[in-house]
Amino acid sequence: MPDGDRYPLAHRLYPYARSADQDRDAGGPAHHPVIVVGGGPVGLALALDLGLRGTPTLVLDDAEGIGEGSRALCFSKRTLEIADRLGCGAPMVEKGVKWQVGKVFHDTDLLYEFDLLPEAGHKAPAFVNLPQPDAERFLVERIRTAISDGAPIEIRGRNRVTALETSQPARLQVETPDGPYALTADYVVACDGARSPVRKMLDLDFEGRVFEDNFLIADVRMKAEFPTERWFWFAPHFKSGDSALLHKQPDDVWRIDFQLGWDIDRKAELSEDRVRARVDAMLGEGVDYDLVWTSIYTFQCRRMRKFRHGPVLFAGDAAHQVSPFGARGANSGIQDADNLGWKLDLVVRGAAPDSLLDTYAEEREAAADENILASTRSTDFITPKSKASRMFRDATLALAARHPFARAMVNSGRLSMPSIYDSYLSMPDALPDGPPATRPGAPCPDAPLGDGFLLEKLGSKFTLLAIGCAAPETGLAVVACEPTPELTARYLGAAPSALYLIRPDQHVAARWPMADAATVAAAHSHACGATT
Amino acid sequence: MTRLILTPNLPDPDAAYARLLAAHEELDEAESAAFNARLVLILMNHLGDPELLDEALKAAKT
Repeated sequence: MPDGDRYPLAHRLYPYARSADQDRDAGGPAHHPVIVVGGGPVGLALALDLGLRGTPTLVLDDAEGIGEGSRALCFSKRTLEIADRLGCGAPMVEKGVKWQVGKVFHDTDLLYEFDLLPEAGHKAPAFVNLPQPDAERFLVERIRTAISDGAPIEIRGRNRVTALETSQPARLQVETPDGPYALTADYVVACDGARSPVRKMLDLDFEGRVFEDNFLIADVRMKAEFPTERWFWFAPHFKSGDSALLHKQPDDVWRIDFQLGWDIDRKAELSEDRVRARVDAMLGEGVDYDLVWTSIYTFQCRRMRKFRHGPVLFAGDAAHQVSPFGARGANSGIQDADNLGWKLDLVVRGAAPDSLLDTYAEEREAAADENILASTRSTDFITPKSKASRMFRDATLALAARHPFARAMVNSGRLSMPSIYDSYLSMPDALPDGPPATRPGAPCPDAPLGDGFLLEKLGSKFTLLAIGCAAPETGLAVVACEPTPELTARYLGAAPSALYLIRPDQHVAARWPMADAATVAAAHSHACGATT
Repeated sequence: MTRLILTPNLPDPDAAYARLLAAHEELDEAESAAFNARLVLILMNHLGDPELLDEALKAAKT
């Protein structure tokens, strides 16, 4: 690998090229409305969203492409819906392995199985398993198309931010193979990962719980007859630690996670012999496979106290970290980008007050708390840290084989669900008979509509969804439809009609049985952060 | 609102106590602890009401 790269690259997608910004002798540093630091899935999704809205966005990444290794794997329905809105959902679903059934075993016994999406009428599947480098490649390819269609997005590889001042505008120092240069920006979004250099430069807190356990990831390529399901073992019969997890990936690759415990010799455990011994015990004798990738990881559950520091906003792992149980890392990061994109666009255009960005922090800090709570509870169950917690865990597993109530307590990861934003932006619910799942703040559930799906029609702008009633003339985009069984179940409940104001991130801003133009206009202005 | 019953509520308290002890007979310390953990989980589920559970947890603490 070239000097200075932190990791080997899976795909070299944005090789370093000298920018005119580096050759400014007079007139001071070049200015950009938005600079995104970090070209991972979160930074790329944000840049794509902003660029498609027409707000110029510069992405600075310290590498020239995507790192190797599978890292994030399970992309949730909500992430796929966001990707679909951004125009890259189709390749993710096509390449990804769709699954919705999970099985939980104790030793050799099947304790229970679950089905994540028993409800029909959604475009996106419950989950796809897709290696993170593939997801990032699809995002970069989509950005390329958007750029050729005129979206003002630029990605600069081997541009490492070395200093940042939170002045107005923010000032950045950037290191390149041709030496350093300076930039200024109205807003900087740090999407630079769990070890966030930007967070360290600003000397900001990042606190929470460290879990004393090591997990071995082995990605193996084999022709196997396992079904496309998530299999989780407590005290597995193949005697490899306290738990294990098996997931299918594309191209005949399987992800296996082995829990190793705290006091281990990392180097020894990563030796091919040791890894193969574990995999052999799990798969049985005589199964032929290649080891594609192995790694040992530990994890923390923690977040920054504040996601906004003046002109600098933090998103994804830079702002919050969870255990991998529940697929809440990359998925919640993509939801950060989804929440921030439209707000930053409106603020940069001068169409909304700067304080709208405070609601990004408010909404996504609450979401991070939800994810950390769920993740911490799963981790306490999977890796009990006291005699008492182990005793109750084992008692729950023993009872679960025979009694349904205990199966509900078995926690091998509560899988990522989008948050409902009970924030300042969400209006009081004016449709009391409506389903609680679509109250103001909730993400819109999909439904079949015409020859397509509802979410495709809602798009990326404020939209009025009028079901069984007329939408008033407000200048907002309108999706008008008659009730269908799915729309009734998901949006009407006992109400005969409903008018929904939908945010650009496809969360509900307000809802009424019906409403006049002035009521809708006031709600729209409120949802754009107006404080009067 | 139902409150946690902390006054006598068993028809024959001595017999109930004896049955609890009898269930632990021939169990070693670890088995007894595991038995108790299962019993607590079963009774907790039967209780159902989170407020009653909180009261029970509080009563057991002090």
